[in-house]
Amino acid sequence: MSSNLTESTLTLPDAIPKRVKRVGRPRWAIIGEQALELLIRISGISAIVFVLAIFFFVFKEALPVLYSHNFSIKEFLFSTQWYPTSVSNVRYGTFALLVGSVTVTLLSMAIAVPFGLGAAIYISEFCGPRQKETLKIIIELLAAIPSVVWGFIGLTVISKLITTITGTAVGVNLLNGSIILALMSVPIIVSIGEDALKAVPDSFREAGMAMGTTRWQLILRVLLPAAKNGLLAAVLLGVGRAVGETMAVLMATGHSVKIPHGVFDSVRTLTANIAAELGEAAAGSPHYRVLFLTGILLFVITFIVNLTADFVIRGIKRK
Amino acid sequence: MQKYRNSKVARLISLTTCCLFTLLNQCGKKDTKAGSETTTIQVKGSDTMVNVAQAWAEEYSVVDKNVEVEVSGGGSGVGIAALVKGTIDIANASRNIKSDEATIAKKNTGKEPKEFIVGYDALAVYVHKDNPLNEISLDQLKQIYAEDGSVSRWSDLGITIPGTSSNEIVRISRQSSSGTYEFFREHVLGNKDFKLGSRDMNGSKEVVELVGATKTAIGYSGMGYATENVKMLNIKTDHGAFAPTVENAQTKVYPLARSLLLYTLGEPEGAVKKYIDWIMSAQGQEIEKENGYVPLSEVASAN
Repeated sequence: MSSNLTESTLTLPDAIPKRVKRVGRPRWAIIGEQALELLIRISGISAIVFVLAIFFFVFKEALPVLYSHNFSIKEFLFSTQWYPTSVSNVRYGTFALLVGSVTVTLLSMAIAVPFGLGAAIYISEFCGPRQKETLKIIIELLAAIPSVVWGFIGLTVISKLITTITGTAVGVNLLNGSIILALMSVPIIVSIGEDALKAVPDSFREAGMAMGTTRWQLILRVLLPAAKNGLLAAVLLGVGRAVGETMAVLMATGHSVKIPHGVFDSVRTLTANIAAELGEAAAGSPHYRVLFLTGILLFVITFIVNLTADFVIRGIKRK
Repeated sequence: MQKYRNSKVARLISLTTCCLFTLLNQCGKKDTKAGSETTTIQVKGSDTMVNVAQAWAEEYSVVDKNVEVEVSGGGSGVGIAALVKGTIDIANASRNIKSDEATIAKKNTGKEPKEFIVGYDALAVYVHKDNPLNEISLDQLKQIYAEDGSVSRWSDLGITIPGTSSNEIVRISRQSSSGTYEFFREHVLGNKDFKLGSRDMNGSKEVVELVGATKTAIGYSGMGYATENVKMLNIKTDHGAFAPTVENAQTKVYPLARSLLLYTLGEPEGAVKKYIDWIMSAQGQEIEKENGYVPLSEVASAN
């Protein structure tokens, strides 16, 4: 083959370029490929562009208020007084809203993590193939329910359940919001957790069984440590959903600016507050800018969550 | 050769589709001309008025088939904000436009907002139907709702609510985008701020629903939203206690009566003007009355 080729190059030096032109791909194919490559490259970079653009826009809208004379960042972060439309004394303190967001998220995770991981373990390790398929389909269906429908369920069904079971006065409260958020984040935790467990090689299971472990020992001592990273990622995605959720918590938490003293107190979250108030705030007014600043606060919170998750996962990997 | 033919075919196909589309377009145009054009009127604003605004829109589609009225709520503040931006034709409001909002409107669109009073509403104070309380004074309401108010328990008003051990007054309020919220703040709290920790609802209906579901609650909302689970309190004044009724609102003896307003940018023209005139007519006012609001008195007396 190679000798053949060299021979032809030697004997027909002029014919080669012509041949390349005719046999090789036509020009439109080359241009098309280049265009496609460019398109794919642009879509790859676009994610970065969009994130930067959103950052830029939100900061641009929020920044002027930092320099205005009647705004203090200390009040913004540590005061519980949220009076954005007051006639006499406007105050922008988001501490109660921040506490609302954090408590709702923590309580919802306290409910969702055991349920979610339990379901993931059951689906991955205990049930038969048919049951597994049914369960997975139904759980995916759970993830597809729109958040406003969840809010509706919280407002009507769960609120009534809470008042009749516990005898508390108002059913729309911290507990209600947390239950709704837990129900919303369980599907995410289950499907990602199940993937993580599935990714553990079967040889681990076989080795464990060969050593004479019981099923529980196998799960606790072998599978959970092996799938730690994936399970943590599942929980953190659940946290992300809970922090960012707006419509359902707006409807289910009672929307009350207050530091909760128990699970039956109503709260208001940062996200719900933005959703409820941005519509009426005149563009460019201090109220409008402070709402954008709350958006930055949310950015910072999710950024910290993601960063710690990253560090934790890296720490686990090093071990 | 093959390639050339292919491209010819492609050109032919694209040409025919072009022709087809133009044809279809022409047909479409003719169609609208035959049925004369439909105009859409965009209405947005007050949650207090959203029920009656929708009833008007529905009825008007029978009166004038060529006009389509689209109604959405969100609160008086949201409606006025949209009007000021020039994105809607009519803003519903249960409060007056503020001077700075009017200035922004002038700056944005070059037109002054024009106000129309289309009826009245009595802002009712609601409690649960089992609550023994029947009347309340404006000062008591202020003590319950205002920032430094002294009343936080039902026992402070000398009331024990049957069927519950809880004594705390559950305050139900509205989100700050609401005209009802601002009206209450102005006329009950004297422009002081609300006590923090009230449950702030998204709409007029939600307030009444939550009061109906909560024995220890008190809330305020338009009188058209009453259900069988709640009770409207009479308001005590120097001249006696008055219930939120149509007559009391028209004669203004009920202290929490307010005007229902429409705002347009500049003098309304064409379809919008016709629509507003129709709302003010006997037919429009009758619909308003059926929905639990108070019609303009001169029209009502003419009926």
